[in-house]
Formats: sequence, C-alpha cells, structure tokens
Amino acid sequence: MTDKLSNAQIAWRAAQDIADGAYVNLGIGFPEMVAKFQPPGREAVFHTENGVLGFGEAPKPGEEDWDLINAGKKAITLKPGSAFFHHADSFAMVRGGHLDVAILGAYQVAQNGDLANWSTGPKGVPAVGGAMDLVHGARRVAVITDHVTKDGKPKLLEACTLPLTGVGCVTRVYTSLAVIDIEGGKFVLREKLPSISFDELQALTGATLHLDGPVADLIVPEV
Amino acid sequence: MDKRIPTLAEAVAGIADGATVMIGGFGGSGAPIELIHALIDRFLATGSPKNLTVINNNAGNGHVGIAALIEQGMVAKMICSFPRSADPKVFTDLYLAGKIELELVPQGTLAERIRAGGAGIPAFYTPTSYGTDLAKGKPVETFDGRPYVQERWLKADHALLKAELGDHYGNLTYRMAARNFNPLMAMAAANTIVQVSHAVEPGGIEPEQVITPGIFVQGIVEVPHPAQEEELNRADAHYPEVAQ
Repeated sequence: MTDKLSNAQIAWRAAQDIADGAYVNLGIGFPEMVAKFQPPGREAVFHTENGVLGFGEAPKPGEEDWDLINAGKKAITLKPGSAFFHHADSFAMVRGGHLDVAILGAYQVAQNGDLANWSTGPKGVPAVGGAMDLVHGARRVAVITDHVTKDGKPKLLEACTLPLTGVGCVTRVYTSLAVIDIEGGKFVLREKLPSISFDELQALTGATLHLDGPVADLIVPEV
Repeated sequence: MDKRIPTLAEAVAGIADGATVMIGGFGGSGAPIELIHALIDRFLATGSPKNLTVINNNAGNGHVGIAALIEQGMVAKMICSFPRSADPKVFTDLYLAGKIELELVPQGTLAERIRAGGAGIPAFYTPTSYGTDLAKGKPVETFDGRPYVQERWLKADHALLKAELGDHYGNLTYRMAARNFNPLMAMAAANTIVQVSHAVEPGGIEPEQVITPGIFVQGIVEVPHPAQEEELNRADAHYPEVAQ
C-alpha cells in the first residue's frame, strides 16, 4: 500500500477550497477538523444545525457553558458577530441555498453523486440527525473520506450499496489519495498523490476515473 | 392575565395517559429537566401519565431527563432525529427489545413539521430524504424540475419547554443555543408549559427582545438555577436518585 494522507491532511486540503466570506457547515466528527485549517487572510463563517452562526474554537476544559454547544453536542465559543436562531431558521439556511459549502463524511459515494453516510444497514438503532438535510441546499456538497474502507474495499462506487442519505448531491470528494470531482455522472480525477500511479488509484476505486485535462499533484504539508 | 404557575407539580398536572408531548432542547441545551422530573414524580405517585408519545431531537442521555422518563416505562413512542448520545443505553435496550416505538425524522424535517403544526400548514414539500428509505410511502411531487417529498405537520397535546426570561403574559427569551426547538414547539402544542430561569414582571422583557410571544404559551413556572443534563451526566446522576 502506498502512502496516504491522514484525516487532518484531508481536512487541510478541503479547507484550501473554502473562499473568503463563505458560510460553511461541517459534519460531525472528522469534518470538524476543517475549521482548524482556514488559510490565513480568509474568513469563513461556520454554521451549526442547532442554531449558531459564527462560532469559534472549543473552550478550555472547565470553561464550558452547556447552553453553547454544536451539533455534535460539544462545547463551543462565540466569535464577535455570531448569531443565535431557532431550528427552523437553521434548516432554512441549509435547505434554502444559503450555505456556500457543506463538508461531510461518507461511507460510500457513487459516481452520480449519491451519498451514503447515515446508516450501515438494518442492525441497531437508526439515527439520521441532520445528514439528509445537509446534502440539499448548500451550493457545494463536498465529502472528505479515506479512499477505501478499513478492510480495503472501495468507497467510491458506480452505485452505493448502503442506504442513501441523498441522491446526486455530492460535487467533490477529497480522499486520502486524490481529489475527485463529480460531473455529468462521472468521477473526474483532478489531483492525486505523486506516489501513486493512475492505474493503482483506479484499482482502489469502484468506478471508472475519468480525465479532463491534467491531473495535479496532491501536495499537503504535515499538519 | 397571569400565566404563572406556582409549582412544577401543578405545571405538569394536566398531562394524561396517551398524550403526545413535545419536549424542548437539543441534547441537554434547552432541556426542561425539572419539568420532566416533575412528570416522573407524578407517575411514581399516581401511575400516570404513561403511554406517552414524546417528540424531541434525541432520545435521552444517561439516566436523567428524557432518558429517565423512558427508563420509568412512561414512553410508548419517540419521534426524533437522532436517538443516540454519549449514553443512549436506556432507549437502545428498550428499542432492541421491541418495547418502544421509534419514528425517525430528519432533523430539519422534524423542525419544519413542528413549525408547520404551529403555523396551520398541514403539509409541505422538502427535498430532504428524497430517494432514501425515510421517504418510503410518502407522496413525491416535482416542482421546477426537481423532486420533493411531502411531509405532514406535527402537533402535540402538550409542550414542556425551557426559557431564560418569562413574564406574566408568557413572553419568552432563550439563553444562547438553548433556543433550538423550543420556540417551534411553543407554537405547535395545545398546552405549552415553560420553565423559566427568571420570571419577570410585564415590561421586564423589551418587546424587541421577545423571541416567543406569549400567545403561544399557556403557563410558566419559575425554576431558578436549572440543572444542566450534561453536568448531571458527568456526575453520573440518576432520577429518581438510586440508593447507593
């Protein structure tokens, strides 16, 4: 197996595409790391489903205020210029097309942009949260994920086999090996690690990788 | 007009067996812990209310608040988006044993169904859940070339909510992100009961600062220094307290 990016490095790469002035929702867990890698000189405003715009980093231990949390139920702090609102307004921001980008995790992504990220099947207690809302309305819905599952199976597929979160919603995928756009029902390779060949990457991908112009080297610093 | 209720016990006295109850909060923020515990006290003393349908974003955490309500066997059905938490064991065990029903609703759809219930809108169309298992059996219609799923309003017999300031008319403000579902549920229940951290005289809330106008509220009960679910869980609290 070739080198691959850490989760923090994938988050770093995704953060480079967030424009100054963007309104951004980050999914619970690994996508939350994207906020740490805002390029200097750019300001993004982060949205959380439970009714806060413009929150900052976690407070120091012992300084938590449990009326001030994010969608992952973790304590947050406020930045100057933040705002509170109720849940219906919060999801109006989501569905109403007001967010510039949502960055989410994934179990599987299909070449037509279908996303599966809420259920691994009928076992256990089902829980969906805001996942099915977030895939609609943001101008860009990006996924950050390992390129393959823990046991080495492709996560980028011709069609998802797990229960869908949304249909045709993902526009770009940042993986541990590559940056891939979804255009016209196809995976289009934009960047890949210099240490992996196209054929090696294709072998780890469950659908055809298409080329549309040159493929850039995916260069990410140690973070 | 004076909507103040002197005690928590009186505030929850009208909730009958089989009632549908909206409970405010997202996780522990905005959760009316004292009202929920008053309902448990009534159940322990009288055997009622039971067979409740509870609407909340979650399905309880630890052994206090909604988790304690479920643990007492008072809840027949949960309508929620995310029945998981740091400690979801109470709900999980009953669900896997087939002893509690679950209606899983995407979070934004849950909020909008409640808002619609309070606003007199019986159904609406949303892109959320189109093409997924959660849209099965629901009407789909195409508007401007895009498919949308029909969702129905959600109303309740009672809402148990938490607010920061409340005056005699039931005008409310909320503290930070504790607002969440509370203003929506206030609109959608026939009988909205709110625990407020500070009861103030009329005029004690600037009209420009009112978040929930009092027309949506039937009763307020003052609970100074309310408990926070997160802090109770960090102290491994149970309700009612278990003898060590």
